[in-house]
Amino acid sequence: MNWFSEHINIKSLWIKCKSCGSSVFQKAFIENLYVCPKCQHHHFIPVYERIAMLADKGKFKELWEDVSSEDFLDFTINQQKYSEKLSITEKKTGNRSAFIAARIRMNGRNVNLGVIDFKFFGGSMGSVLGEKFFRLAMDSIKRKRPLVVVSASGGARMQEGIMSLMQMAKTSAVLSLMDDAKIPFISVPIHPTTGGVSASFAMLGDVIIAEKGALIGFAGPRVIEQTIKQKLPDNFQKAEFLQECGMVDMVVHRKDLKDTIARILGYLCK
Amino acid sequence: MQINKEKKIKEIDQEIEKLKELEKREKISLDDAINALMERKKSLLNKLDFWDRVFLARHPDRPYTLYYIENMFAEFTQFHGDRLFGDDLSMITGFAKLDGIDVCVVGHQKGRGTENKIERNFGMPHPEGYRKAARIFKLADKFNIPIITLIDTPGAYPGIEAEKRGQAVAIAENLKLMFKLDVPIIACIIGEGGSGGALGIAVADHIAMLENSVYSVISPEGCASIIWRDASYAREAASNLKITAKDLIELKVIDHIIKEPAGGAQNDPRLVYDTLKDHLKNIISELKDKENLKAQRIEKFRRLGIFK
Repeated sequence: MNWFSEHINIKSLWIKCKSCGSSVFQKAFIENLYVCPKCQHHHFIPVYERIAMLADKGKFKELWEDVSSEDFLDFTINQQKYSEKLSITEKKTGNRSAFIAARIRMNGRNVNLGVIDFKFFGGSMGSVLGEKFFRLAMDSIKRKRPLVVVSASGGARMQEGIMSLMQMAKTSAVLSLMDDAKIPFISVPIHPTTGGVSASFAMLGDVIIAEKGALIGFAGPRVIEQTIKQKLPDNFQKAEFLQECGMVDMVVHRKDLKDTIARILGYLCK
Repeated sequence: MQINKEKKIKEIDQEIEKLKELEKREKISLDDAINALMERKKSLLNKLDFWDRVFLARHPDRPYTLYYIENMFAEFTQFHGDRLFGDDLSMITGFAKLDGIDVCVVGHQKGRGTENKIERNFGMPHPEGYRKAARIFKLADKFNIPIITLIDTPGAYPGIEAEKRGQAVAIAENLKLMFKLDVPIIACIIGEGGSGGALGIAVADHIAMLENSVYSVISPEGCASIIWRDASYAREAASNLKITAKDLIELKVIDHIIKEPAGGAQNDPRLVYDTLKDHLKNIISELKDKENLKAQRIEKFRRLGIFK
């Protein structure tokens, strides 16, 4: 063992790309927004770094961060209560829900931003997500600010049963009011966006910008494979495939996301 | 109810029949024995739990959408196709008369017998089904005709073609559209209310459920295979998910429960469509002169959610 390996933890300095396997210096990887500089594979980016990447420096005010979930169905899986799992997740993530709502500035423009935290119950949509989405959109209407929502979600929060299904309707309801008020809504589905979130607000953007390589679909690939009993093609449900099918307006590299959103808002906000 | 429970009840019925025949033939009274059997049958029927209701909601003899349409309405005129891709046979759309009142009817349709089941894709629409519904919703709205939707689907179809043609987009757009319609919308879950595939035509001012129907964010089997990683935990999943009409009225997700005859709608379909018809007529007359329905519909759904 030499001095270097004794004093520096080499493992934490280097990140191995999940896609191409090449080793990337951690600092460079983070500066590159968690995108592999060699193969451009977009890795998971923590939710607050996602916000930092979209908001102008210091221009971020979080809203309703204390709204939290309730175990109203007494949902229990293998003796573990939903309420217990919630407190563990809250401790682990430091957040009280899967949806961060905020007022930010984006290239100088006032924007309402919502971001789903995939680390919180797989970004699943329960009562809290629906409620915060509704409030954020109402706030957009009131303040005449565009709404931008970045989604990454496995779908509905099963532990909230039918109430999570109702959030699909609730979020769509407020978007009908956004239409009446002519307030722009830009939806940014990132990896992965499926189920109840894709079948409601994520696919209702005035403009839909998918992040490069993101898996986006109604049913998850596992469910489809089980239903049709065949292997799915490689690029199936990838952002690029959705663009080919005509379901999203564009596919954007993470580094271009902020400027692209800001440019489109320039067209939509008068 | 579960298959063995249903079988037991059938056996009791047969026994009662036999005893009655015997009574006639031998001119004796077997009232005590018959009454005892009736009591046993009653206690079995009264003990329907959530899992029995899952079974009944999917019962192969349960009346389907077209049956209700034929029996509740007159002059049903079916419209086909989404004018984009094709005609989805698992979704029925058309106009009809409900005791003289013009109504628009939209509903999922399951099939009976292998061939017909495949033709109807087991009641699981593709995107063109939801887009056909959307087209007819807009038509009804344009000409001020109230909408009735009948929900009976295991879910929207999860397949390659459905994804390619935008299953998520089709459902999402229906949800938003239904908050933009000025006409009354009345929904009734008549069998299976399977997740987004059900909700895609179930945003309404008034939502009813038949007593033995179920409405859920995910099928019990789907939930079990995701959470327990084993579909055989379906019963446990169903018990946690709370999917019966009684559960949902307590959560204020639905507004009304339509009674079914003992043992399920298939035992006396006429009673069910008569009750449903009266209910629909009442609600239409209640809603038809209401102003601001759209705003109230949005408010109804805004209130759904439990959090702290």
